[in-house]
Amino acid sequence: MSEPRQGGAMPPSSPDLHKESDAEAPVTGAVPEGESQPDAETRPESLVGSDPAVSSDETEVIEVRRGMFGVRGTGDTSGYGGLSRSIEFPAPSAPPFGGWWDSVYDRVGELVPSYSDVITKVVIHRGEITFHVARQHLTTLVRHLRDDAQLRFEFCSGVSGVHYPADRGAELHAVYHLQSMTYNRRIRLEVSVPESDPHLPSVVPTYPTADWHERETFDMFGIVFDGHPALTRMMMPDDWPGHPQRKDYPLGGIPVEYKGATIAPPDQRRSYN
Amino acid sequence: MSSIADTHSATDAAEPDARGSDAAESNARGSDAAQPDARGTDAYGVAADAAEGHVYTVTGQDWDSIAAEQAERGDERIVVNMGPQHPSTHGVLRLILEMEGESVTEARAGIGYLHTGIEKNMEYRSWTQGVTFCTRMDYLSPLFNEATYSLGVERLLDIEDQIPEKASVIRVMMMELNRISSHLVCIATGGMEIGALTVMTIGFREREKILDAFELITGLRMNHAYIRPGGVAQDLPDNALEHVRDLVVWMRKHLPEYAAFSNENPIFKGRLVGVGHLDLAGCLALGVTGPPLRSTGYDWDLRKKQPYCGYETYDFDVQTWDSMDAYGRFRIRLNEMWESLKIVEQCVSRLEKLKGAPIMVADKKIAWPAQLAIGSDGMGNSHEHIKHIMGESMESLIHHFKLVTEGFRVPPGQAYVPVESPRGELGAHVVSDGGTRPFRAHFRDPSFTNLQALPVMCEGSMVSDVVVAVASLDPVMGGVDR
Repeated sequence: MSEPRQGGAMPPSSPDLHKESDAEAPVTGAVPEGESQPDAETRPESLVGSDPAVSSDETEVIEVRRGMFGVRGTGDTSGYGGLSRSIEFPAPSAPPFGGWWDSVYDRVGELVPSYSDVITKVVIHRGEITFHVARQHLTTLVRHLRDDAQLRFEFCSGVSGVHYPADRGAELHAVYHLQSMTYNRRIRLEVSVPESDPHLPSVVPTYPTADWHERETFDMFGIVFDGHPALTRMMMPDDWPGHPQRKDYPLGGIPVEYKGATIAPPDQRRSYN
Repeated sequence: MSSIADTHSATDAAEPDARGSDAAESNARGSDAAQPDARGTDAYGVAADAAEGHVYTVTGQDWDSIAAEQAERGDERIVVNMGPQHPSTHGVLRLILEMEGESVTEARAGIGYLHTGIEKNMEYRSWTQGVTFCTRMDYLSPLFNEATYSLGVERLLDIEDQIPEKASVIRVMMMELNRISSHLVCIATGGMEIGALTVMTIGFREREKILDAFELITGLRMNHAYIRPGGVAQDLPDNALEHVRDLVVWMRKHLPEYAAFSNENPIFKGRLVGVGHLDLAGCLALGVTGPPLRSTGYDWDLRKKQPYCGYETYDFDVQTWDSMDAYGRFRIRLNEMWESLKIVEQCVSRLEKLKGAPIMVADKKIAWPAQLAIGSDGMGNSHEHIKHIMGESMESLIHHFKLVTEGFRVPPGQAYVPVESPRGELGAHVVSDGGTRPFRAHFRDPSFTNLQALPVMCEGSMVSDVVVAVASLDPVMGGVDR
């Protein structure tokens, strides 16, 4: 497990959430000129967690890789052919997590009717917390995260897609980074959908900034954000076939022929795995 | 401006002669599109031109005839396609402006003209080589791209505590110099677009001084690939600190010129004050960060709020303004350059005490093996290192070969370590599957996100204010399109 992140010399302390009322939340009003001195008390809470939770020993095995170069069936004379490594993603954690992580977790638990249905998994890794969210509850959850006085994740940094072909039944992941400027905390939401049904509710009604980010993720991964005001391609031309950031998207490359040998596109070359 | 379409007129037939063969081609496409099947089989085929109404193709010099023709039609509502090749759109940004006379009623941005697939390319290079790609995204602040990516990789490697102090100080110094050079370009080009040509010429003069310092330290003016996972690529050359000290003196002497030219200039203020209005609620909803956010008076700066690279140990102030307009953003950038100079001076005095200190993590499984020497023809080989691996130690040679060709493995997981770039929150979402290459690297670029605020800032204003509003956001298309 990771060590808690310390923001420089600043001591970790647990925030007193109940002191904050809506009216006193720092972001509700603009700071007049001349009063913009950095607040000495402001600490990066998102980087400060106390002792991380004891997690179960079970990590999430995504795949097992053999050999060194990803070669099969040929004579791998390198001696690395017997190598076998399983790819394990960080294990889910169980509460208590420590620090403000618990207050966020508990508050979300109070707001949603059935916790385990909404948050399928919580992963704490390298001092960052990731909530894995069931897709049908995403819209209600983000609305709570933004509006609740004890959560106040009023800023969405963006949406990032990731394609895990080995994660059967949940190949496409959409990752949201949310920032609470009021409490200076950062969390990550991760929603996964199967390739066969790549539909996800849009968070644009809650975070208008996600508009272009969702379009980009649709463009690159083919995740369809239902309820998006105009889900069209962002980077690629409107008539482009396919979604280039998917791992199975064929890389053109130019198979150069040299004395009968061809150079394959990058994803088909022999490489360290 | 490449074309103007009058959306009310019904006819599509009147193609100007200038288009010639293009028109013929688009007619051919048009007949293709009439048969839906044909379009379905041709992956690259396009439907007929979507433009409705009368189309003018403007190549300059012919404004009178176009204005006369449009006046004859008696229709004030036109759609202007501004860009992607237009000097006032900061690169290949395409603005689609629907106008009633000279007022913009609707504004939309079209992007993607500079998409180069950097994120995809990074998935087929080693973790260290990834720096070489991401530095090319936002080409006015390359060191910030490198920094956020390297910080993310270091968090995944769990070596954040092992980064040598000297590496962090060099990073801070380079980033702050880069912030000044980026703000200079913003002010320079923004000034040029409203006719303040001297601001442009002096802006690029000062920027060139900073790029000289970059060239001395990294070997390149741009696209440095200098900040790498684990530290920086190479130590400072002997005369670097002296050079930077002279640079600071130069900047202190010349920065007041910008204030003298612009701050109280009635034309400058007339063009900027009250233009591109965006309040705090709008900024938060649209994810706008950087100077536009700070121009609402909110002192949100990641260097203070979530310090990285030891920023909490430097003495500087976050600059804010309370006018929420383009003028406030200009003043913030001007003030931030002074703050950056303060930080650079502190870095220089720290680096004087750190001569000979390491600039890379001690872990030889991560640290690039060679300290490249700067020769008469730029960055070159490390002779000591070559002597060692070629003449003295077979194991060192093997290690060198493995680290350079294969690279290091990064434990599976994901990390997001944003930094405060000149334009706002720049973050790399770095995902590893335990391999020697990034599984996914996604950059949350502030230019991309801030550009979404364009419609709300421009609609209802004059077309000339659009140019100022875009300049006040300072989008860099290399970062927007990646």
